Amino acid sequence: MATYDECLKIVRDVLGDQLEPGKTAGEKDALVADLGMGSLQMLELVVEIEDLLDISLPLNQLPEVQTVEDFARMLESLSGGSSA
Amino acid sequence: MKLLDKFAPLATLRNDLLKHGTLPFGVVTERILSPTEGIVEGRKTILAGTNNYLGLTFAPECVEAGRQALADEGTGTTGSRMANGTYGAHAALEQELAEFFDREHALVFTTGFLATMGMVSTLAGKGDVLLIDADSHASIYDGCRLSGAEVIRFRHNDPADLEKRLRRLGDRSGNTLVVAEGLYSMLGDQAPLADIVAIKNKYGACLLLDEAHSMGVFGTRGRGLAEALGVDDNVDFIVGTFSKSLGSVGGFCVSNRPELELIRMAARSYIFTASPTPSVVASTRAALRLIHDHPELRERLWNNSRRLYDALSRAGFRLGPQPGPVVAVFVDDPTRAVAWWHQLLEQGVYVNLVIPPATPSTSCLLRCSISAAHTTEQVNQIAEAFVSLLSQRKAAGSAV
Repeated sequence: MATYDECLKIVRDVLGDQLEPGKTAGEKDALVADLGMGSLQMLELVVEIEDLLDISLPLNQLPEVQTVEDFARMLESLSGGSSA
Repeated sequence: MKLLDKFAPLATLRNDLLKHGTLPFGVVTERILSPTEGIVEGRKTILAGTNNYLGLTFAPECVEAGRQALADEGTGTTGSRMANGTYGAHAALEQELAEFFDREHALVFTTGFLATMGMVSTLAGKGDVLLIDADSHASIYDGCRLSGAEVIRFRHNDPADLEKRLRRLGDRSGNTLVVAEGLYSMLGDQAPLADIVAIKNKYGACLLLDEAHSMGVFGTRGRGLAEALGVDDNVDFIVGTFSKSLGSVGGFCVSNRPELELIRMAARSYIFTASPTPSVVASTRAALRLIHDHPELRERLWNNSRRLYDALSRAGFRLGPQPGPVVAVFVDDPTRAVAWWHQLLEQGVYVNLVIPPATPSTSCLLRCSISAAHTTEQVNQIAEAFVSLLSQRKAAGSAV
């Protein structure tokens, strides 16, 4: 079980490794429009977080994920956590 | 944003491609001459991107069977398999497919896409899990969308990742349909099927295997990769197409599970579309007999495939990981990929241009599919056309 803040940190940490040097991921940033993530980068992001948390993210839910916040909220909901 | 504004990026892509001349997507074969040759842009062209693996589209037995059925049974059935669209020949083809695959049951669909999409979307429903290879064909992805099941991807051809995801599902693994393909159509790589079968058995899941590109290509009887690897009995559902090795159009599913008969009353892509025409069914039945009776076709296909793969590999091209009837040439720069595609066509060689996101990476592909009907000379011509691309680059002063 993870809180929203814990999930947000995980997403930002993993994104930090993938983004260009000097670029950081803000909570409200859109993954594609603001951070320039391509479909393959998105796939890598998902796989890395899945392995980190030992969970599988359902493909059906991913289209709903537009922002860093959306991603963290999805992780929070899948892990049965509550908002901090 | 207005309704049609979403097509603007496609319009831009199309216009960019048209600047180079012929649009690579939807090339018109002005006249088809044989399984391996046609007239394109007024030139005789070697067709090296047709999936016509055994070259049966002009087999006299198939042509004559189709002609006879056309005369005897008319141009179309005008109805669904569920209504008036099941003729004796449809039932006979199902019986022959069941025998060919040594299965109890077979279902014939109108296209391969409808077969795969229909089976995936009908076998799994709300509360179930679809565990699919990340590089699955669009028909599998569309079946997933329609199913209402939870959809999870495993890394392409990675049994360890598949096992990890089945373990995470816990008790739900028994409600899981694993989906894999025998031969992946873009890179021509083969599934590690023995490992996949062992893992799905360990966790009590079901396996649906798409042998669209591997039927007629692998196995002593031509059944596909499952036969070649000796795991035939452990595959729960096999789907495939008539539009590759069998040289016609249509699709099927075979299984020992009696529930397959109930799919007739549940699969929307089976129920709500017209059945295959009599001539298509007749040609397919004739082709199935040819695959059974002529194993030398496979030998010829593999000889041709190895010849092209080895030649392009020696020339320094980056290729898909395994030799086989799909030979995929990676080209990182999209502008160069389009230019090379045109140069190949100008030299009388047609291949498929594939650009992301249809490719499994950020590279473009010049995808060749080889046929048993290609002559050695034609295979050499295809290879020489590719090698000349490198020579022209060198002459233009670029590093290879």
